[in-house]
Amino acid sequence: MAEWAHGRSRLPAYLALLRGQARSQASYRTSFVVDLVSNVGATVLDVLTVLVLFRVTRELGGFDRTEAMVMVGLSSAAFATADLAVGNVDGLRQYVRTGLFDAVLVRPLGALPQLLLMDLPLRKTSRAVFGIGVLVVALATAELSWTPARVALAVLTPLAGVVFFGAIFVATASLSFWWIDSGEVGAAFTYGGRDFTTYPMTVYSGWFRAVFAYGMGFGFVAYYPALALLGRADPLGLPQWVGWVAPAVALPVAAVAATVWRLGVRHYRSTGS
Amino acid sequence: MGSVTATVAPPIGRNIIPWFRTFAAITGSGFRRYSTYRQATVAGAFTNTVFGFLRCYVLLAVAAGAGGVAAGYSPAQLATFVWVGQGLLAVVLLWRWTDLADRIRTGEVASDLLRPVHPVVSYLATDLGRAGYALLTRFLPPVLTGLLFFDLVLPSRWQTVPLFVLSVGLAVVICFGCRFLVNATAYWLYDARGAMILWTLSSGVLAGLYFPLRFLPDWAAVPLWLATPFPSLLQTPLDVLVERDGAGIQAGMVGVQVLWAGLILLACRRVQRRAERKLVVQGG
Repeated sequence: MAEWAHGRSRLPAYLALLRGQARSQASYRTSFVVDLVSNVGATVLDVLTVLVLFRVTRELGGFDRTEAMVMVGLSSAAFATADLAVGNVDGLRQYVRTGLFDAVLVRPLGALPQLLLMDLPLRKTSRAVFGIGVLVVALATAELSWTPARVALAVLTPLAGVVFFGAIFVATASLSFWWIDSGEVGAAFTYGGRDFTTYPMTVYSGWFRAVFAYGMGFGFVAYYPALALLGRADPLGLPQWVGWVAPAVALPVAAVAATVWRLGVRHYRSTGS
Repeated sequence: MGSVTATVAPPIGRNIIPWFRTFAAITGSGFRRYSTYRQATVAGAFTNTVFGFLRCYVLLAVAAGAGGVAAGYSPAQLATFVWVGQGLLAVVLLWRWTDLADRIRTGEVASDLLRPVHPVVSYLATDLGRAGYALLTRFLPPVLTGLLFFDLVLPSRWQTVPLFVLSVGLAVVICFGCRFLVNATAYWLYDARGAMILWTLSSGVLAGLYFPLRFLPDWAAVPLWLATPFPSLLQTPLDVLVERDGAGIQAGMVGVQVLWAGLILLACRRVQRRAERKLVVQGG
């Protein structure tokens, strides 16, 4: 046990956790397949919704369908992958409520990786694959003038988006260290953030847009990188280079989330009796 | 009084007053039960409000892009649709009701069957109490926020408000029935999760939560309306309130809801009956 506490030798332990999860989830084969299929459903519906809206209007916030789909693709690829990797940190509430989090803390492994690996929802793989597929199709149909820089941006943006959404998942879940019944508040920023990033930011306005886009950074997940990929100027007036550096916003957000998480763990007092 | 199990219904014809009293008592206890989840109520209302902003801006942009009117809705009608819809979401409670399925899995449902009240009736009464509490706490915050930040429409016909109230009541009953049926699959499957996921996916989009169903082409919208209960859950009360159609269609849509409410409750009764014959309570 003791040697696990030393740096990289923890890796086999994490892998063992992951393997155990994979085995146990795949053992109920039918229900795993049902889960795989139904999990695609949610992301499919999100994309369908956008297509239905474009049945009614030719343009949304000054962007046509192919342009908007680039934002949809960036957003859903990032969100679905983050949801697969980190989304089940949502379950933290149960651990805090029941005091089960004690068991996580006494093991000689990181608390967060354990939480994520103990219940990794492999069924969400299908959703992530579909999200990435949407992005690929959207980029292919948008007829971008590809340059090496654009290729790099197209790869980097969803990766940064995964970190970004992952950080939002961790930060909102950490709320339950202070407020156990905060459950749905988290959804306002995780699923709400996904909704926000799905559409061109020009559709929102006022303080609401300012808070979500710049205050929390959601504007830099899909909208600004999409502008750079499409070679369009920002109707809201920010210079073009913003799109090229937008993925970097994931770093400060991840740092904030890590801080909130640490404060939360320190604040955790287990349950009585 | 003869039989006291749920399967054999006690004679209600002669003594309707105690029956109503029981129903009202269960409704009251449902109200009180949900009024203890105060923090969850605040959290839920907050989240509905954030989604109200998100959806409202998007639909307003759709209307702007379509030249002012989108699928027959003016911008103010769309805004009303979104905000009242966010308020109603918790009243009809589309998601997150697993009470019955949980009790079936654990076998606790056996004690429901011992009570001298039909399970469908007692669960419905509890749900009406829950809906009443949600009407006070979950309906008003998003609607008031919407009124504060956006132009909403107020009803212009006298019959709109009573029709809307009736329509919401029917929507609660229909939604309860659907949830009951989805949960009741656990009698046969032991784990209703698959059915639940399917319900969660289809109900949101087909009830008109993601976008008004009028955005769909007629060949999809009309059969959906008549042949499935989904539009009756949200879309109908909202269309009634914003007066999307003339007075005739407005009343007709509520008529469709009445039919669906009757059908679904009948289905619940039959399914429950079948299930009781099939049910084997696990454990010793």
